[in-house]
Amino acid sequence: MVPLSWYLALSAVLFTIGVAGVLIQRNAIVLFMCIELMLNSVNLTLVAFSRFLGDVTGQLFVFIVMVVAAAEAAVGLAIIIALFRTRETLNVDEADLLKL
Amino acid sequence: MLKWITLAPLIGAIINGLFGKRLGEKAVGAIACGSVAVSAVLAFLSFNQLIHAPKDANDVRRITEHFFTWISVGNFQADFAYLLDPLSGIYILFITGVGLLIHIYAVGYMHGDPGFYRFFAYLNLFMFMMLTLVLGDNLLLLFVGWEGVGLCSYLLIGFFTKWDVAGDASKKAFIVNRIGDFGFMIATFLVFTTFGTISFVTKNIGGQEVASFLTQVSAPTIAVGGVLTAIALLLFVGATGKSAQIPLFVWLPDAMAGPTPVSALIHAATMVTAGVYLTARCSAVVVKSPTAMVVIACIGAATAIFAATIGLAQNDIKKVLAYSTVSQLGYMFLACGVGAFAAGIFHVMTHAFFKALLFLGAGSVIHGAHDEQDMRNMGGFRKYMPFTFGTMFVGWLAISGFPLLSGFFSKDEILWKTWSTEALPTVAGFPLSKILWGIAALTALLTAIYMTRMMVMTFWGEERFGKSHGDDHGHASHGHDDHGHGGHGHGKPHESGWLMVAPLVILAVLSAVGGFVGVPAAMGGSNHFEHFLEPVIAHAQPHGAAAGHGAATAEQAAVPAVKAEEHHDTSTELALAGFSILLGLIGIAVGFAVFGKNPLKKMPKILEDKYKVDELYDEVVVTPIETLSREGLWKVIDVKIIDGAVNGTARLFGSLSGILRYTQTGFARNYAAVILVGAIVVIGYFGYIALR
Amino acid sequence: MEQFAQIQVSHLFFLAFASLAVVAAFNVILQRNPIYSAIGLIVVMCCLAGLFLTLAAEFIAAIQIIVYAGAIMVLFVFVIMLLNVREEDAKTDRQKYLKFLAVPLFLALIAEVMAVLKTVGNPAASETVPGTVESVAEGMFTNYVLPFEATSVLILMAIVGSMMLARRESKEETNEIEAALTAANQPTEIVEESSEEEVHA
Repeated sequence: MVPLSWYLALSAVLFTIGVAGVLIQRNAIVLFMCIELMLNSVNLTLVAFSRFLGDVTGQLFVFIVMVVAAAEAAVGLAIIIALFRTRETLNVDEADLLKL
Repeated sequence: MLKWITLAPLIGAIINGLFGKRLGEKAVGAIACGSVAVSAVLAFLSFNQLIHAPKDANDVRRITEHFFTWISVGNFQADFAYLLDPLSGIYILFITGVGLLIHIYAVGYMHGDPGFYRFFAYLNLFMFMMLTLVLGDNLLLLFVGWEGVGLCSYLLIGFFTKWDVAGDASKKAFIVNRIGDFGFMIATFLVFTTFGTISFVTKNIGGQEVASFLTQVSAPTIAVGGVLTAIALLLFVGATGKSAQIPLFVWLPDAMAGPTPVSALIHAATMVTAGVYLTARCSAVVVKSPTAMVVIACIGAATAIFAATIGLAQNDIKKVLAYSTVSQLGYMFLACGVGAFAAGIFHVMTHAFFKALLFLGAGSVIHGAHDEQDMRNMGGFRKYMPFTFGTMFVGWLAISGFPLLSGFFSKDEILWKTWSTEALPTVAGFPLSKILWGIAALTALLTAIYMTRMMVMTFWGEERFGKSHGDDHGHASHGHDDHGHGGHGHGKPHESGWLMVAPLVILAVLSAVGGFVGVPAAMGGSNHFEHFLEPVIAHAQPHGAAAGHGAATAEQAAVPAVKAEEHHDTSTELALAGFSILLGLIGIAVGFAVFGKNPLKKMPKILEDKYKVDELYDEVVVTPIETLSREGLWKVIDVKIIDGAVNGTARLFGSLSGILRYTQTGFARNYAAVILVGAIVVIGYFGYIALR
Repeated sequence: MEQFAQIQVSHLFFLAFASLAVVAAFNVILQRNPIYSAIGLIVVMCCLAGLFLTLAAEFIAAIQIIVYAGAIMVLFVFVIMLLNVREEDAKTDRQKYLKFLAVPLFLALIAEVMAVLKTVGNPAASETVPGTVESVAEGMFTNYVLPFEATSVLILMAIVGSMMLARRESKEETNEIEAALTAANQPTEIVEESSEEEVHA
């Protein structure tokens, strides 16, 4: 059996890669994809624990997370499209109206 | 009944103040005079009650009345309660009597002035305050009256609001008084901490009978000097302010900017005598402090002669009388300082009569001369205003000490007591009391001279009205009492109406016969006045009596003192009396001789400039304070420190925000980076804790 | 050779999927062309599905492929193609420092997590193996039926919301919004002006 810590380590690495991606990327859509990556890594953690503790709750949680991720992706992409219509660019740095 | 004596004028003041504008002159005058008349009648009735009241254990007659409890905190109790004893009885008689006459006079004098109702409201308010002052049974209530008369003085001096001079004078009066009040307050605090009570009568405080501090201070076991000197001197500082002694007399001449009835009532007869009242009331404390007595006597004498010399050179008729008042007040304090409090009070009473008479007469002269106040533009008035002349004639003789008039008896009493007192030490081999007697006698001479000068310049000689004579001072001296009479110096002077003349006549009668209540034993009288006042006034110890055992109580000391008096020569007393008559007559003669021929004779400039005391005070006190306030308190403390702190705090936060602004960049990735850094820190911290 | 005897097939499977996932993840964040990033993400998801299978969570694995890789990523790809996104110029990056900041932060986070993971022991897998459709369904429709229903509402909100956000405004709608904005901004015209300037700047 693969030890639990290996799964957790992989999940951590994927999560960290996603975080780094959020910092590096300027394209809004790719930013979103990095966020999806983070969510996926968390899913892995949940399923791993669910297996090792024998509880199905973890997998149910994953189910819910997936639904939420889907909804979020839909709405987020809709916002990006709306933003793109006004600005003609997908650079998130252009959206700085909150600057003081 | 006592409270109605004070409340009647207060009610008059309230009615006149609130409704006077609509009531019209006749009604306002009637209410004002009526309320004072009620007060006067009640005062007479109360006095009658007093002299028939039984004497209590200390041989004192008194009537007390409790109005309401004002302050009762722990051991400290101050009530609105009234005390009528011989001292306050005498005072309420002449305050209400002379006050009533002046009110009637003022109805005639102020006729036509647009502020008529306001004047009488203030005047009635003043009566209320003054009566509270003399009837109060504790120091705090006295102080209420004290401050109240100061307030009314301010309101009334500045009555002619259009004149800057009046406004300045009223402020000066109030501020200088305040300096004295500071001394008074400290004295009150000291009395309370030393004796536990500030009341003049025995009070029931918290179930315990606490004797008045006056009784306590007369106890044989009390130590002489120290705190008692401090209290006596501080009370005297208050008296200096209110009764215009050196160094706080400067307000009184300037106060002549107010209407003449005000000068008569407040600055001659009543308010300025409040200081003497205070000193007499607290005589028990004063006599326990030989130092204080020396100080009081010397300042009284110094003021007397100082003011007399200045009065010699003034050209404004009211200013002459003002300096004369200061000088006479000096006499009263001289009397208190040598231990002859009764003589001082006697002089207060006679002075009220003749000084009020002189001031009202001067007002009549001014009125008749169409608001001319400079004596250089008068002259020969006696054929135009016979009644005014006749009454002022009596007043003039009274103040100069003409025999058998009231002023003679009271002034002579003071001079005799100054000569014969044993309460003062010797200075450089000479007995101080004799030196002071010399000064007082010289002042009597000067008094006669300057009063004669005033009378001669006004009523005798060539008629100088209609031609302006010199206005070589900067400030305007005519036109102050301007109230619809218009203009100055044209047309012949005329006598005043009966409303103004009648009080003059009554006051003249009082000035003439008022002295007979105090004829001393040496001249055949039985000195009712002094015997009446004796129980409430302490007796001074001969100087050098062993400290440590103070005098016995007042009445025990009275017996040996009276006997001691009798041992002195009656002949010395009569000789001194004769000498002072002589001085008076010489003064009158000199006055006629010098000024009869040359009424406009110029006096030394320094006297005319009143020794430049005002300028000195300005230089030494006022300007430094002003500069300190402006440069120090305002520019440094207020602008730099306080405003700097407040504005600085605002600017600090402004700049802080300016710095913090840079964190709000608007870039989402920045925010994410910051969150990440924070998350790393937090995870690291918890991980560290967990792994230890 | 003894160490290699310890190695089991499951370990090999895990290593294969894991390394592929990591490589693909790096691909996601480092590619310039967004389509390539999308493909990388799909690969990650498929690898994760494989990992779920090693964990005997067959239902979740299937869902992962169907929903995530099959629907969500398709949506992403549609949007990328719709918007015809070009590659971004590196020169126009206004915050170049973030590129350099990301590496140390990345390493710091990994280090922290690894340090914590050392304390996690290697518990034995439990006897009961959840993951079959029956067990998932049992859990979902008895204990967790409320979250399940809530998610359906959530999906409804997402549908409506994304439709509203992404459609073009018709002419009338534009005019309505203009009128409402000018009416609301009447008293604060200065604010209106300054915000307009900022937008144009």
